[in-house]
Amino acid sequence: MDDFMLRALIAGMAVVTVTGVLGVFLLWRRMAYFGDALSHSALLGVALGILLGVQEYWLVLAVCIVVALIMTAVQRKPELSNDTILGILGHGGLALGLIALHFSTQTGGRSLETYLFGDILLLQTNDVYFALGLSAVVLSVVWYFWQSLLLMTAHTELAQAEGLNTERLSLIYMLLIALVIAIAMRVVGIFLLTSLLIIPAATARRLARTPEQMVLIAVLVGLFALILGLASSWWLDTPTGPSIVVAAVLGFGLVQLLPQR
Amino acid sequence: MSEQVLAALEHVSLRLNQRDILHDISLEVHSSKVLTLIGPNGAGKSSLLKVLLGLEKPTSGKVWRKPQLKIGYVPQKFQLEPLMPLTVERFVCLGNNNKTQVPEALKAVGIEHLQQASLQGLSGGEMQRVLLARAVLNQPELLVLDEPGQGVDVAGLSELYQLLATLKSTYGYGVVLVSHDLHLVMAATDQVLCLNTHVCCSGKPEMVTSHPEYLKLFGLPNVGQGLAVYTHHHDHHHNLMGNIIQDSCKGHHHG
Repeated sequence: MDDFMLRALIAGMAVVTVTGVLGVFLLWRRMAYFGDALSHSALLGVALGILLGVQEYWLVLAVCIVVALIMTAVQRKPELSNDTILGILGHGGLALGLIALHFSTQTGGRSLETYLFGDILLLQTNDVYFALGLSAVVLSVVWYFWQSLLLMTAHTELAQAEGLNTERLSLIYMLLIALVIAIAMRVVGIFLLTSLLIIPAATARRLARTPEQMVLIAVLVGLFALILGLASSWWLDTPTGPSIVVAAVLGFGLVQLLPQR
Repeated sequence: MSEQVLAALEHVSLRLNQRDILHDISLEVHSSKVLTLIGPNGAGKSSLLKVLLGLEKPTSGKVWRKPQLKIGYVPQKFQLEPLMPLTVERFVCLGNNNKTQVPEALKAVGIEHLQQASLQGLSGGEMQRVLLARAVLNQPELLVLDEPGQGVDVAGLSELYQLLATLKSTYGYGVVLVSHDLHLVMAATDQVLCLNTHVCCSGKPEMVTSHPEYLKLFGLPNVGQGLAVYTHHHDHHHNLMGNIIQDSCKGHHHG
């Protein structure tokens, strides 16, 4: 196997593991739109990174964290519904990012398409380390807060009454999503990112009897999609990011054919 | 068992969206005592519970809870996320890891047969028992129930109140519960607090046995076993605008 394929495989595995784990919570908490908005605003981070000549990961992370914090703050005063707020922030970030990127590509940056649809085959060794490192952080935090996250997701007020600091935990969860977006952006791009969070989790729902099973199956579905997508890209020369998503959709469709338990 | 103040509200008011939800409410919650909150819809019963539990901050007034107070909470409508696969057993010990004590807790509330059942398929009454089992398992000092009677028929309510009374005398915790019914409250209630934004009246519920005419009026089966009728003694009434009209007979204060 060529080196670039190996790098894509390793980084991809790290990415689908964390998207599988956090995607399950995104599904349970019905926050798909939140993932969408965050990943859209990530483009602003990319553009800023290029303009400032800084490694874009850190600025993507910074922008996602700022947007996540704004969302948390605004959600406390619900004058508009959540999806409206998310739409404003997400598309606001995306539009700003597109403007900034327009100027940065003129000075020889990467093409817009790279960020919108991903470039997993162009990853460097550093990118692989970055993906592995951040994934390890995300997984450890989820591991540590596992029970609390489950309880908060099952019933927020109950968790609160029992003494859990749900506001802090919600914030931690949002920051984890921001981390995941920074890692996953290079794999499938910002437009398809939410699909890696949602589709494996939705596929797993039908098969799982416990929360842990659901996470495990979601990760396996992600791995299946990754490998199938990379294979299709290798032999059929299809664009990699979209191929991974199509493979995930295929997996979802196959599972729907199984009888309901 | 020595009696102890578990929580207290002092002159608590709550305003949300330019509306008075709670006005100048003071109360104390004691261990081994049952406090029942009653009042019409929109009287602020659930909001009062939320303030007491610390889920909502009052606009003014003081909320005091015993430090490290362990609270068992049974929320009003438990809408479990339908996409989350959880069994009764798993949910009951979620966050406390007392898995070995789950059968005992389920048995205490009479649903030991549901241990491996999926939470999604439960009826309203069963779900309430599951929440109660969870609360019991956490060995709380204070048990807070928001309208446990909702969606339960009178016989079921009587059974539930008896169960609560048994649990209370076994474990000795304080109980605060909201009743959606103005007249039927738990027989073991030590204090009834009638709420309509402010505290309308409070006091001991009269024993059901002394009010046989009430029984006839309601025609309830087995009403003596877990239910009591609370007769309201307001010293005022409300006109259509909600304003307080003092009644002429002022010598009859309760609470």
